[in-house]
Amino acid sequence: MTGRAPRVIGRPRRRVDARAKVTGQTRFADDIMLPRMLHCRLLRSTQPHAQIVAIDVSKATAVEGVHLVLTGKDLPIPYGILPVSNDEHALCPDKVRFVGDPVAAVVARDEVTAGHAAQQIDVSYEPLRTFASPADSLAHDEPRIHDYGDHGNVHKAVALQFGDVDAAIAGADHVFDDVFFFEGSTHLPIEQHATVALKDPDGKLVVYSSTQTPHYLHRALAKALEMPAAHIRVIATPNGGGFGGKSDPFNHEIVVAKAALLLDRPVKICLSREEVFLCHRGRHPVLMRFRTGVNGDGTIAGMDLQTLLDGGAYGSYGVASTFYTGALQTVTYNIPRYRFRGCRVFTNKPPCGPKRGHGTPQSRFGQEVQLDKVAEHLRVDPAEFRLRIVVPPDSLTANYMRVKTIGLADCIRRVVDRSQWKHKFRKLPVGRGVGLACSSYLSGAGLPIYWNDMPHSGVQLKLDRSGGVTAFCGATEIGQGSDDVLVGLIAEVLGIDPFDVRAVTGDTDLTPVDLGSYSSRVTLMMGNAAIQAAERARDILASAVSDRLGIPSDRLVFADRRVFDSERPEHGLTFQECVCLAEAKFGTIGTVGSYTPPKSPGHYKGGGVGPTPTYSYSASVVEVEVDPQTGWITVPRVWIAHDIGCALNPALVRGQIEGAVYMGLGEALMEEQAFRRLPPRLSGALVHKFPSILEYKSPTSLDMPEIFTDLIEHPDPEGPFGAKEVGQGPLLPIMPAVANAVYDAIGVRVDQIPVTPEKIVRALQAKAAGKAARSGPAAFPDIDWPEPLLVSPPWENGDGRASNENKKSTKVVVRS
Amino acid sequence: MMRLPAFRYRAARTIADAATWLAENPAETMLIAGGTDVLPKMKRRQQTPTTLIGLRAIRELAEIRNGNGFTIGAGVTLSKLLAHPGMRASYSGLFQAIAQIATPHLRNMGTIGGNVCLDTRCTYYDQTYEWRKAIDFCLKKDGDRCWVATSSPQCLAVSSTDTAPMLLALGASVTLVSSAGQRVIPLGELFANDGMHYLTRRPDEILTTITLPSSEGWRSAYWKLRRRGSFDFPVAAAASAAKLDGLDVVDIRIVLGAVASRPVECHAAATVLKGQRLTDQRIAEAAAVASEVAKPMDNTDYELVWRKSMVRTLVSHALHEIRGDDMSDRRRQLARQQLLALA
Repeated sequence: MTGRAPRVIGRPRRRVDARAKVTGQTRFADDIMLPRMLHCRLLRSTQPHAQIVAIDVSKATAVEGVHLVLTGKDLPIPYGILPVSNDEHALCPDKVRFVGDPVAAVVARDEVTAGHAAQQIDVSYEPLRTFASPADSLAHDEPRIHDYGDHGNVHKAVALQFGDVDAAIAGADHVFDDVFFFEGSTHLPIEQHATVALKDPDGKLVVYSSTQTPHYLHRALAKALEMPAAHIRVIATPNGGGFGGKSDPFNHEIVVAKAALLLDRPVKICLSREEVFLCHRGRHPVLMRFRTGVNGDGTIAGMDLQTLLDGGAYGSYGVASTFYTGALQTVTYNIPRYRFRGCRVFTNKPPCGPKRGHGTPQSRFGQEVQLDKVAEHLRVDPAEFRLRIVVPPDSLTANYMRVKTIGLADCIRRVVDRSQWKHKFRKLPVGRGVGLACSSYLSGAGLPIYWNDMPHSGVQLKLDRSGGVTAFCGATEIGQGSDDVLVGLIAEVLGIDPFDVRAVTGDTDLTPVDLGSYSSRVTLMMGNAAIQAAERARDILASAVSDRLGIPSDRLVFADRRVFDSERPEHGLTFQECVCLAEAKFGTIGTVGSYTPPKSPGHYKGGGVGPTPTYSYSASVVEVEVDPQTGWITVPRVWIAHDIGCALNPALVRGQIEGAVYMGLGEALMEEQAFRRLPPRLSGALVHKFPSILEYKSPTSLDMPEIFTDLIEHPDPEGPFGAKEVGQGPLLPIMPAVANAVYDAIGVRVDQIPVTPEKIVRALQAKAAGKAARSGPAAFPDIDWPEPLLVSPPWENGDGRASNENKKSTKVVVRS
Repeated sequence: MMRLPAFRYRAARTIADAATWLAENPAETMLIAGGTDVLPKMKRRQQTPTTLIGLRAIRELAEIRNGNGFTIGAGVTLSKLLAHPGMRASYSGLFQAIAQIATPHLRNMGTIGGNVCLDTRCTYYDQTYEWRKAIDFCLKKDGDRCWVATSSPQCLAVSSTDTAPMLLALGASVTLVSSAGQRVIPLGELFANDGMHYLTRRPDEILTTITLPSSEGWRSAYWKLRRRGSFDFPVAAAASAAKLDGLDVVDIRIVLGAVASRPVECHAAATVLKGQRLTDQRIAEAAAVASEVAKPMDNTDYELVWRKSMVRTLVSHALHEIRGDDMSDRRRQLARQQLLALA
């Protein structure tokens, strides 16, 4: 086959599922209506922390139209997304850990009946102490929210050290010591989670669900229901937004599966908006302290980072999230010595987990705001300052993260140029300012959630005499455009139109395993698998065509739904004729492709979190207007450049970036997954402050600024046609860029997210009173850290292993 | 998802029918026009009427009549009012208030009468049954304690209507009809500063019309504080209408929204300005006086101290706009949209 310019890749085009989406024909889980279908509602705990003394379901069972009432004893097997924290039950058997923890389920002829009956269930609770904050959980070991974890109510405390960071900081010319806080936020997908379960005619279990991770749900169902996975079929319906919020196996999924098995009738549940807030698994609130030593020449000598995560009531992805708060500090700027210590505590709130950027936006915020302070102190332009310390390509960082291509410097230059940064920074009138920040993110996690050596993504192709191609892959369309990437890549390789390819995705019966739509992994991993499968199909076709036309294979061109001789383009066959020839010659045509990421060079415990085939990079300049009297803040313009490697479909890439700016501004300015503790002398209540889409403030279209998006395209050898991720990375620079812009506008630091008018006013008042011109947390608590694992950086003769780690336990235990 | 409880729906075609039906069992009956407030509250079991009387089919409630002033049927949708050129030209403050209510979809359904009678709001009240159960309920519904101020004998839910403060500033009156007859009262008499009993409307009465006096010589403005450019209820608002002779204030009313359980008229601030020239200094003085009567509580979005401080800003902006200052930058920043300049 001979090379040619791409026909599909790199051109903006209508995504393959656009028609269905805009005409309302996409069938989301809640759109599924089946004959004899019943409806389920969950009864959730009204207590934040309590022992269940008794549950009386007799009144609920007696309600007309009720078919089944389930409680914890019906589903005794625990499960959880990480093998190290299988701490969830579909229905709480003996104890509730937050307001919203499911206690019982009612299946009835309709939702109203199920909801009414659920309220007839009497649950007697024995209240336990309420843990409302990490400070509470650190201060009191008893009662324990869980009977596992490091100790008391500390779920996990980790410490990693790469070189003698204390000496590096002590020897530095300047030391910066800053404490930041990043409030929790939730995903806010438009689609509320929904699941329909049924027995198929064979008697096997089928579960349709709005999940980002059908494979992991498949495993959790097999475990919790004690069934062979081969007898369970999970079909991921198109998600109306995921953002990480549909990546865990959820109570409601397991409950309706159990109910469908018991009743032999389809059972459906669609969560209310309030329940979506309670499922959560969103951004961890993180308190963090950065101690950074900086040399006189502006290079970083060393960084010492501590993070404290409010994990909520369950493990979820929390151990991975904890490591992520310290994993990516080193992949943007040179940090020769580095220590990271992270601690996640349990509290009586909905569990936190992965939200777009998973654990990294919080510490990225702190890092980028601190860099802004450093640059100011050194009297260097923050853009210039960053450009001097950008990590070079093809390098290994202090914590053994492998950086391949890095377009960060180009991203910085581009936003600086387009925003006219040099004419604005520190030059705008009081009340107007610009701020710059950068970021990086993984193009897929290097390791799966559970230990195995199998591929992370598989693609099967079926070609037949119709000329059509069907692509099967376990990847899940959550709105990000993964189906479009799949058909686009296959069409490109085979020289046909994306419309000629049918995507069958996210179905554990029909499709090869793909680990799911999380960690920005799908384009790269599924993409590489798809290219491999398509190239194998192309080879088969080429062989048949070469025989028939007497043209050497290496002269054949696949393009425009034809296969032809590169030297005599008119000499060739239609694509359909080629498939017929191949089918005649070889029999039924099917190919497979799979992808496994390269091995990580880090071999220390925890080193499994952070590695990826390649990192994406982003830089952003945000312009703000801040009223110096009221603190009112407006964002009129945002410039953002993203190192995408290669934009497979630029329309989708730009959409992802603009969506990330939107979500980033929400986190920067208003979003808070906040909780209300009533006065303890009067009540033990701890409730979500306002679990409604009206009062959980997220920007509307009227709040959006003008966005100027630039794509930096240097194809990365690891990515399909050079592509990197874009689903998460562009979110990260927005929050610190806003905070830095506020400082440029009015000279006060808001070292906490969200940046609100009240906080700006408090900082202004502090400044006026002669105190530090900032609003933010005062101190980081003393935490009883474990001895850090000592890993020498590559340039200090390190081999990626910890010198003080028990050799037997060097196998990486924590992965994501 | 959340579902409505069972209820009986009676579609009235005349005001007389509606009034007769309402009188049958006023305690268990509610009126419904657009339903944008009633229905979500029923889903959350904040309100549990056994009967809803639908007002949508009553033609005379949906009429706008021009005379010496304006008579607006309580059932006129907010969208229809917004599109009414005479209203926009003569009562620009009302236009600004309505343009900032909720979203276009909700304005297409919601009515002016519904907004005037809007239930008071509170973070402890506007929640689902399950949420309220988790705090053991509150004074306004099913409980016996006000969680906003735990020693308060009275419910402190906040008046959240955008139109009422502006209509008050414009000098509106309202007509209430019951099976026993009808009465016309100044709008200010419709409200009481009590989060639970915030309307003086008798349970058997129907708000049928809102009457605005002639706007001849008057200018008006409405400034609303909320977090976002659309969708949100006010957490503080300033409505003002003034009759000016050049820059001299002949008459003026200033009314605050969302800082108490009823719209609050700032008589003292008006006194500062009456008969005076509308100078920067007078405006600042009046804004300071007005903000003193604001008593926001910690039961809405934003911290209450800051909210209170913003009242002064809002009043000041409104007065500057009435004076004819170019407030378009401030509007863009605060409202996230350009509301019309004064006619």
